[in-house]
Amino acid sequence: MPSTITSATTTINRSLEWIGELGLFTWQVVRALVTGPLEGRELLRQIDEIGSKSLPLVALAGAAIGVVLAIESRSSLTRFGAKSMLPAAVVFTIIHEMGPIVTGLVVSGRVGAGIGAELGSMKVTEQIDAIEASGVNPYRLLAATRILACILVLPLLTLATDFCGVITSYAADALAEPISFHLFIHNGFSQFGFNDFLPPTFKTAVFGLIIGLVACFQGMRTRGGTEGVGRSATSSVVLSSLIVILADVILVKVIVEFFP
Amino acid sequence: MKTTVNDFQTGIERGPAAQIVDDGNVERPVVLRGLHKSFGTQKVLNGIDIAVAHGETLAVLGRSGTGKSVLLKIIIGLEKRDTGSVVIHGQEITNLRIDQLNEIRKKMGFLFQQAALYDSLTVEENVAFPLRHNSKMPESERRDRVKELLAGVGMESDLKKMPSDISGGMKKRVGLARALALDPDILLLDEPTAGLDPITSGEIDELILKLQEEHNMASIVVTHDLQSARTIARRLALLHQGNIVIEGSFEDLERSDDEFVSDFMRRGT
Repeated sequence: MPSTITSATTTINRSLEWIGELGLFTWQVVRALVTGPLEGRELLRQIDEIGSKSLPLVALAGAAIGVVLAIESRSSLTRFGAKSMLPAAVVFTIIHEMGPIVTGLVVSGRVGAGIGAELGSMKVTEQIDAIEASGVNPYRLLAATRILACILVLPLLTLATDFCGVITSYAADALAEPISFHLFIHNGFSQFGFNDFLPPTFKTAVFGLIIGLVACFQGMRTRGGTEGVGRSATSSVVLSSLIVILADVILVKVIVEFFP
Repeated sequence: MKTTVNDFQTGIERGPAAQIVDDGNVERPVVLRGLHKSFGTQKVLNGIDIAVAHGETLAVLGRSGTGKSVLLKIIIGLEKRDTGSVVIHGQEITNLRIDQLNEIRKKMGFLFQQAALYDSLTVEENVAFPLRHNSKMPESERRDRVKELLAGVGMESDLKKMPSDISGGMKKRVGLARALALDPDILLLDEPTAGLDPITSGEIDELILKLQEEHNMASIVVTHDLQSARTIARRLALLHQGNIVIEGSFEDLERSDDEFVSDFMRRGT
């Protein structure tokens, strides 16, 4: 029993230490952003790296979700005699929740691991020290650019996920029972307002912040050679995914409160 | 010529650095006073005094893991000291803000033990990195400067190669060119010949000598390669258990009666 208490205390201490260090890291990044010029060239490179290279993945994920939602919803709605609600139900589900969260999780997997491993590798091979020794602030050059790129790119990728999801849900629906694209879109979006579209899409900027921040933090504190790099990549994905899901719970509640 | 003094408190031989640190007549870009550093309970540096003048090279010798690299990293601000003073160009750097420290760092060149080249950039881009981020030099001028720097280390034909495509010795050369990019007046070299064959080591030593003559820098070379230290530095300091146990010329170290010093010199030569 005492060993269980000791173990729990150690875990709590480590978690608090991690939160404290993350807070200090965030402060360093914010200060680097405020006190110096933005590394525009590196930011554009990261937008390309994180955005365009994640696009096929999120498009595919969105397409798969569209098909699955259309098939599942059809059987459920038919059972309750609400088959005509299918386009609205699918579009609403994709744009409100599935598109943003799936984009967040896919990007946290691809980009989180990439940033964690890249910065981790730079850390253990002293490349980050070399940047500092050259009189360049690594928080500005490496962390701020990646975090900003994640924040800017996530809402755009979410649009791509939503678009692919809606298109493939129509295709799946049309295959089961012929319906014109125009009618599907009309039914799907007839009750749809900007409040249904903008807050869920832009909440992914917060997911971007979480993914970028956690991955950069884990990468830049890497210790212990190649094994450490592996640990950083894994922990970047696990922690950013977990925090994205938890943040989604809070953001959904906030959106429901402020954009009813 | 007696080059060492006996520290009455510790009983160890102290070199001229302990005396010249406070010599106000000579301009010394690097002055360390009473530097202490520990990692947990392990004391790595235990009151180090070092001063290096313009055009002078000090070689810091010692066994692996004695804190030689830590010493260099403290000088450039990559590690924090526990107590003591680090004065660069007359300015205490230990309590500076990051932007102030970066201004000081621009006057210093650092060659890392494994060269630490940016592996996603070409040789040319690696050398251009400090110039791109710290100067407003036009693109064409920067390209010429990079070519000139790489020609200075014999790497002018490998501009477009990636670090993964060049040998260890070539990486060190590129690392040296990058360290010299901002025309520093302090050069810090961390094991410049470690892991290299004797011929390549000799070439790197000659290159360092040539660059020192051309640039008239204050240099600190950390190494456990006695031959290399003998070639590139006229003043040597031997670090042991956190202290500089002896300081002087190579011959002074050879003549020492201290058991550790003579053992180190016997095994190293």
